[in-house]
Amino acid sequence: MTSPVTTCPVTIRIQDDDFDIAREIAVLTKSRTDIGAVVSFSGICRADEDSSKISALTLEHYPGMAEDEIKRHVDEAVSRWPLNGVTIIHRVGRFMPGQNIVLVLTASQHRKAAFEAAEFLMDYLKTSAPFWKKEESATGTGWVEAQARDDEAAARWTRS
Amino acid sequence: MKLKYFAWVRERIGMAEETIEPPATVRTVEELIAWLSGRGEAYAYAFEKPKVIRAAIDHAHVRPDAAIAGAREIAFFPPMTGG
Repeated sequence: MTSPVTTCPVTIRIQDDDFDIAREIAVLTKSRTDIGAVVSFSGICRADEDSSKISALTLEHYPGMAEDEIKRHVDEAVSRWPLNGVTIIHRVGRFMPGQNIVLVLTASQHRKAAFEAAEFLMDYLKTSAPFWKKEESATGTGWVEAQARDDEAAARWTRS
Repeated sequence: MKLKYFAWVRERIGMAEETIEPPATVRTVEELIAWLSGRGEAYAYAFEKPKVIRAAIDHAHVRPDAAIAGAREIAFFPPMTGG
């Protein structure tokens, strides 16, 4: 008789290389029978930003702080929801439209915690993890400006 | 202390990092920004809108009034746009 597994393995990677969502889910759920739900979010480089056509996107990060900041929010997510596993992979480098940028996987016994934790993590990734995007288009290159709507999305998780 | 710059702050200043010794009268992040702004045109351009600049001390986000005493690494960058 084995007791239920309640550990929460956490994987955080910042890498140039692409990721395989199916493989990452398989790694997260391997030999586990306590996971009832895995939510995956993947962020993909888009070809349009408002009215302009994007030809490429370059992502820069602050090595060390980026991992620390993601870990801090994963720890908070684990304290707020009954999670059984979290994987976050953020790519850096230069990307073409259609290529993967970020992956968030959250595993839990039930879907609600997995959905909420994935949203929480993405909202904080966008507003507090030190990554910056630079766009290339026919008119030149420019740094992407932070959006107020992303701050608003993150603010809804603030506990009073 | 070591200073690090990212994204357009790095491009405007023209370097990714440097080691500096600010005078003792520079006690906070905002005072450091003001002092750096007086070091030349590139710095003045990078910090022309100090309210837009975010700072981190030893990998943790800080407010402009944060004390810099004891900091090993202070980073300056624009608002984050990852994800």
